[in-house]
Amino acid sequence: MGERTIIPFGPQHPVLPEPLHLDLILEDEKVVGAVPSIGFVHRGLEKLVEKRDFNEMIYVIERICGICSFIHSQGYAQTIEGLMGVEIPARVKYLRTIWGELSRIHSHLLWLGLMADAYGFESLFMHCWRVREKILDIFEETTGGRVIFSVCKVGGLWKDIDNETLKRIVTVLKDVEKETKKMADVFTRDYTVQKRTRGVGVITYQEAIDLGAVGPTLRGSGVVQDMRTLGYAAYGDLVFEPIVEKDGDCYARTIVRVREISQSFDLIYQAINKIPDGEIDVKVKGNPNGEFLTRLEQPRGQVVYYAKGNGTKYLDRFRVRTPTFANIPPLLKMLPGADLADVPVLALSIDPCISCTER
Amino acid sequence: MAFNVISKTVMKSLFSKPATAMYPVIKNEFYPNTRGSIEMAHIDNCTFCGICSKRCPADAIAVDRAEKRWEIDRIRCIACSFCVQLCPKNCLSAERQYTAPMTDKSHKLFTIYGQVVSQEDASQEDVSQEDA
Repeated sequence: MGERTIIPFGPQHPVLPEPLHLDLILEDEKVVGAVPSIGFVHRGLEKLVEKRDFNEMIYVIERICGICSFIHSQGYAQTIEGLMGVEIPARVKYLRTIWGELSRIHSHLLWLGLMADAYGFESLFMHCWRVREKILDIFEETTGGRVIFSVCKVGGLWKDIDNETLKRIVTVLKDVEKETKKMADVFTRDYTVQKRTRGVGVITYQEAIDLGAVGPTLRGSGVVQDMRTLGYAAYGDLVFEPIVEKDGDCYARTIVRVREISQSFDLIYQAINKIPDGEIDVKVKGNPNGEFLTRLEQPRGQVVYYAKGNGTKYLDRFRVRTPTFANIPPLLKMLPGADLADVPVLALSIDPCISCTER
Repeated sequence: MAFNVISKTVMKSLFSKPATAMYPVIKNEFYPNTRGSIEMAHIDNCTFCGICSKRCPADAIAVDRAEKRWEIDRIRCIACSFCVQLCPKNCLSAERQYTAPMTDKSHKLFTIYGQVVSQEDASQEDVSQEDA
């Protein structure tokens, strides 16, 4: 048995832009334990609901995270709409689905790039991000922002996408899909990628459930759980199956995300084919009063929103439980037994978003 | 399992144009929808009602009804264009271009509309323009 040493990993680390801090307990090169600490980017956004009225708050909520910003605003809008009993038009539901799925594609491409970077595959990283840029262009063209869209509001949307643009988006996406397939091929078939990811950080079916994993981390261990099957927004009208892999290692989690990208393309095509014409917003009268809880599927997993209104324009309480927070216990389970060199790959395999977690 | 699956893509990108643009030479084209800097497009129509200032999530806008002045703090503004959507007289607009970067916290931090510029400020502005 070697001597124990403690190596701090993060909050500033070359491999991970997120301020995740782990105290790694090592015996020689093997990790035997890890102590996480978070709280480096806490901004107190939840507390702001007491000072910003519920319509303004959506701009704060979507700034929780730069990558899943749209789904945050969608989730907030959905929570407040549920709380106030507002029925939103069908076109809004479809447009939110389209933007949500585009967000998923861009988030997964970003993650695949970061993952490639974590095991030193620089050219794959660059190519993933080159492909992702086309999705960001679609965002800028349709919403006005590349990262923060500011397009959702309580009761609908500020901007519509006309049917001509939707058709053009499909042609752009077909190109992107072709490019993405080439990248996906590298992740699924390449020897070096498999050497770094196969059999690393295995989480079994039971462990994934017990530790409360969500999203691709959970589905990579063979558990069928996808919040989109609840049928929020337009998902009820679209045909899809949650993507599941059995192995539970980093490779399985990568494959889940690779396959989810092609699923998202398919969902967007379906939504664009079915999208009805109509209004893009309804008038919201009164103030929220009561409690409401919503669950949505973010690229990283299940996200929970809870809101409590008191009849004034300020909410009493707003709570977000983000997927990374749920995925930290599985990460701690993966680390013991791993090599120090595998820690970046393991930490990235849960797709950590610490800004989301700390809000 | 295969070796070097990416080689085809790499070879292709070796002999094709770069995916990036040579930025200062080729200017980035923004879209009509782009939310750039918030500007007061029609100061004559503005009634100084202050809705934009009251509803701004970042408290970036200040409106003085008595002095008929509308000003925006460029550092605070998050370019969400909530004010543009809310303005009852449609006098605000989100320009296609982003706010220009600043090298110091000068008077450019605030863009002020409708204020009667005093002699001193005017002469300062002239100097800065000449410098530029």
